Amino acid sequence: MLCQACEKRQATTHIKTILNGELKEYNLCSECAHKNGYSSFFGDLNFDLDKLFGSFMDSIGPSKIRKRCQCCGSSFEDIAKSGKVGCAECYDVFYDELLPSVQRIHGRTSHTGKLAHSAGTEVKVRNEIARYRAELEKAIKSQEFEKAAELRDKIKELEKYESDNSAAQGKE
Amino acid sequence: MSEKKYTDLKNVSDVVISTRIRFARNLREFPFPCRLSDEKKRKVANIIKESVLDGHSAISERFRYIQMSELTQEEAVSLVERHLVSPEFISDRQGRGLLLLDDESVSIMINEEDHVRIQVINSGMKLEEAFDLADKIDTLLDEQLDFAFNDKLGYLTQCPTNIGTGMRASLMLHLPALQESGAMGKIGASLSKLGLVIRGLYGEGTEPSGAIYQLSNQVTLGISEREAINNLRDIAFQLVVQERNSREALSRNINVLDAIYRSYGIMLYAKLMSNDECMKLISNVRFGVEMGLFDNIDFDTLNRLIIEIQPATLMKNIGKKLTPAERDRIRAELVRTAITQQKIPVSHRLENSENSVK
Repeated sequence: MLCQACEKRQATTHIKTILNGELKEYNLCSECAHKNGYSSFFGDLNFDLDKLFGSFMDSIGPSKIRKRCQCCGSSFEDIAKSGKVGCAECYDVFYDELLPSVQRIHGRTSHTGKLAHSAGTEVKVRNEIARYRAELEKAIKSQEFEKAAELRDKIKELEKYESDNSAAQGKE
Repeated sequence: MSEKKYTDLKNVSDVVISTRIRFARNLREFPFPCRLSDEKKRKVANIIKESVLDGHSAISERFRYIQMSELTQEEAVSLVERHLVSPEFISDRQGRGLLLLDDESVSIMINEEDHVRIQVINSGMKLEEAFDLADKIDTLLDEQLDFAFNDKLGYLTQCPTNIGTGMRASLMLHLPALQESGAMGKIGASLSKLGLVIRGLYGEGTEPSGAIYQLSNQVTLGISEREAINNLRDIAFQLVVQERNSREALSRNINVLDAIYRSYGIMLYAKLMSNDECMKLISNVRFGVEMGLFDNIDFDTLNRLIIEIQPATLMKNIGKKLTPAERDRIRAELVRTAITQQKIPVSHRLENSENSVK
């Protein structure tokens, strides 16, 4: 059997992967297997995902590949090829280029979970308001009106803080 | 199976083997591991190691640090078999470190795909407990380290598939009846629409061995940790009910019963057993226990056996390198002893057996 990738050498590595119940089989020669990260015992089995991700990136086009991240030196082409982002700063530098892929992978583009201590106050307040709103809804459903009133006051307070803050920022 | 047990979702140990929560975190001031030299990796490892071991918390004292490059190949592979690290983590061990809690329920991989990977494993369905512990450790680290975080995208990770919460919650499920009925392909396809993914025993890209599957959340951005966990639990419960349904349908199938009892017989009397065969036998007998056919075997014994019979863990417990043929013989012995419920420690059992390998 010939290698599926190069169609030249004899296939010696047989790979089966199952993702979401879908069985895929590959027959590769040792060289092509190595290229795809199947050389070691456990190896890098992520190549499917990376390739997939890479191909998402390809569709964006080569127009912006000249720009490089000052922090780690990655170009967008590097990221698109490997499916790996170079550093935290890349997410700022290549935000516009990355966003379509992020949208495709997650279906959404803004974070709603836990916040690191380094997160801005604005996000922290917004997050807290969202949490109280969810609690408020629950309280109303279970007819705990006293608790609901308390929560509503808290939300009002935070919203006031939020608008005061943005007003103050506007003046600067 | 009685009607009551059938819909009982308080105890799901007949389907759910274990729970795992994993957080991905990175240090803001360093490039991600794919862009780090070995020297810089060691620096990152030291910073993280110190912040865990010198942390002012009771849990700090319970961690020990393992430099991955110092392990033998068997010791490293055994960590994968015990699900303490990922297969990828041991493919290149330079500059990588592992922090392990004394009871092995928490492992922190340093410089895997991300600088920090906090992982909590519990047996059975314990999503909240596992999440709370992972969250606590993450908060402790967050107080001392500056994690890469963006107000819009959340925690930043090397692979954009993990940004946002950086959390992957997984349940290890035993689904022999759904596998037997050929429903797994269809289930997998519909799960992906719900932001979940189902794969083989050792995660990404691996084949399901012994009808064991790993169900986890795929989406990490725009969904809070709690929402993702609740979603995962709801779907897992649906799978539990579906699996029990299929078991009920198969419970009078003579071919299925024959396969289960044959497997039990082989486990009791075989002298040689390959890893593949062993995983199939354990799966079949577990299926029998789940249907209430054997009352002398419990899930804990089988769960433990699944790990002990893996090649590297087996050699690690024996304390020396063995040829595949020697392993097959010891594996058969381990299985026989476990099934006949002799509760003697592994090492002792093997030294004193008449056929022990010299």
